[in-house]
Amino acid sequence: MTMTALLSERRRRPALRAWGGRSVAGIVLLVFVLFFLIPMVWLLFAVTKSSRALIVTDPFSPGSWSDFAANWNQLFGFQDGAVTAWMGNSALYAGGALLITLLVSIPAGYALALTEFRLRNPLLVMTLVVMLIPGTALVLPVFLELNSVGLIGTPLSVILPMSFFPFGVYLTYIYFSTSIPRDLLAAARIDGCTELQVFTRIALPLATPVVALVAFFSFVQNWNNFFLPFIMLPSSDGYPIQVGLTSLLAATPAFNPSSAGSDSIQLPTLALGTIVSILPVLIVFLFSQRFLVAGMTAGGTKE
Amino acid sequence: MTLAPLSDQLAADAPGRRRPARGSGRAPGRVPIGYVFVSLYALLALAFGIVPSLYAVLLAFTNPTGGFAGVDNFVKVVGDFRFWPAVLHVTIYLIIWLTGLVIFVVALALIVHAVRVRWASTTLRFVYYLPGALAGASSVLLWLFVLDPTASPVTGLLRLMGFNSFVQVIQPGNLPTIFAIIAFWTGAGGWIVIMYGALNNISTDVIEAARIDGANTVQIAFSIQLPMLRKWIAYMGVMSLAAGTQLFVEPQLLSQASNAVVPNDYSLNQLAYQYAFQQNDFNGAAAISLILLVVALLLSWVFVTRGGLFERE
Repeated sequence: MTMTALLSERRRRPALRAWGGRSVAGIVLLVFVLFFLIPMVWLLFAVTKSSRALIVTDPFSPGSWSDFAANWNQLFGFQDGAVTAWMGNSALYAGGALLITLLVSIPAGYALALTEFRLRNPLLVMTLVVMLIPGTALVLPVFLELNSVGLIGTPLSVILPMSFFPFGVYLTYIYFSTSIPRDLLAAARIDGCTELQVFTRIALPLATPVVALVAFFSFVQNWNNFFLPFIMLPSSDGYPIQVGLTSLLAATPAFNPSSAGSDSIQLPTLALGTIVSILPVLIVFLFSQRFLVAGMTAGGTKE
Repeated sequence: MTLAPLSDQLAADAPGRRRPARGSGRAPGRVPIGYVFVSLYALLALAFGIVPSLYAVLLAFTNPTGGFAGVDNFVKVVGDFRFWPAVLHVTIYLIIWLTGLVIFVVALALIVHAVRVRWASTTLRFVYYLPGALAGASSVLLWLFVLDPTASPVTGLLRLMGFNSFVQVIQPGNLPTIFAIIAFWTGAGGWIVIMYGALNNISTDVIEAARIDGANTVQIAFSIQLPMLRKWIAYMGVMSLAAGTQLFVEPQLLSQASNAVVPNDYSLNQLAYQYAFQQNDFNGAAAISLILLVVALLLSWVFVTRGGLFERE
């Protein structure tokens, strides 16, 4: 059968079928847009209502400014400003871990990509293997270890384990091995740069994109980390906001009837707590969506 | 440009000086510079990867007084009346979640990839990805609201399915589906973006050739795009399987929010937590977390050595 005959034969019916296929595809896309968006949009409306209005009014009608202010005051008045302290803790843990992660991962990824040493391959395999196991798998073992040396409850007991970030090392490794020509470094050495200078003056200035990428993933992951701080930090003073949310939940009579008391949390306030807890990550997300899409696929090599 | 004269210089150099210049960074008689750069990382890997794993092994095979216990701890936790229900819970959850994840992520990635309008495609990916900002406790809290018929934005849908109260929604039989939905809501977007990127890497020539040969969109999807996505689908499956076995925060918060209608030993990780913090049995806790760790390590190891997705040289 010739090409043209094949084409003309196929063209008549598919025109109708393609139209049907397109509308099915459109409906699928729309259903999932609603699925992903409705909870978030609803959350924005919920925080502007009183707890009565939340139940009786339309879910997608705006409440009032005064109710929002009341929710705000209840949230930040909870246990004498515990929420502010938890946000501060989260910033300390995620920020501290971010700094150490960068200090540790960038040189390590550089060394794995561009220098030779005997333990290079074992270290690389270890990085890949640990990178692919879920972060929570090591939490209890790390707890048992730190517990035996009496380090539980200190900020370092979450910051240091968070700073061990093989995925960051891997991203850096891929970046340095694919986008920096070895000749460039060799040239710098000929010109008299020491090994340290080669790294700080040549490699590092070229590494800005990957530094940003590692920083993003490290920050988001650590800010959202629940299991590690939940286990390491027994006292409410040390909670990051993610763990603090459980305290808010426990103080919400709607979910926990035994908690009805003076310092209780109403549903809209709990909703506000949820928004506040993710605000830093959400802001980072909104500002970095473009480079993220590129970065997330950089984790694997091209086909 | 500036590189050319420099490499000339390199070629003109005495042969003896070429070795350090090749990027080995090795000065004669000294520790290779690589060790200096990886030292901090190696230290952290030792302290928070290798030593805790070995310590968990040690605890799992000893008794509280430090004597060798053989497999006693494993016999004890596996024989615990809560162990097999927890395994079953996690397994059902994994089956539902992984099936949904693979089908919907691949389908959505293919459809979004077929969208020709640029801004629509970008917006779709962003909307799907956005819930990823709400991981962990935040997303579970949000879903508590969505699943509570009194406050939910989809009350009508819940009532249509016969749910009139929160307690009805969180009946044990529904939990695996609920956890799967929560996990899908937060995690699917990231995978859709990754699959989309992988689809972009398929040469347009191949697709064009198939189209000229008369293949329609569905045929192209099934005979070209899907086979080329196979590695990525496997990657997603393995990563999600490993992460799913670790189920903790969802049942933990739901247990708290439901006044223990959802038990606090629903998943294996919760059981390990109960051992460590309620029963002060660190050896038992170590045994459970070791079982989970070995499963994760095996999956990861097989994938790294056999999968071929990640570059090691």
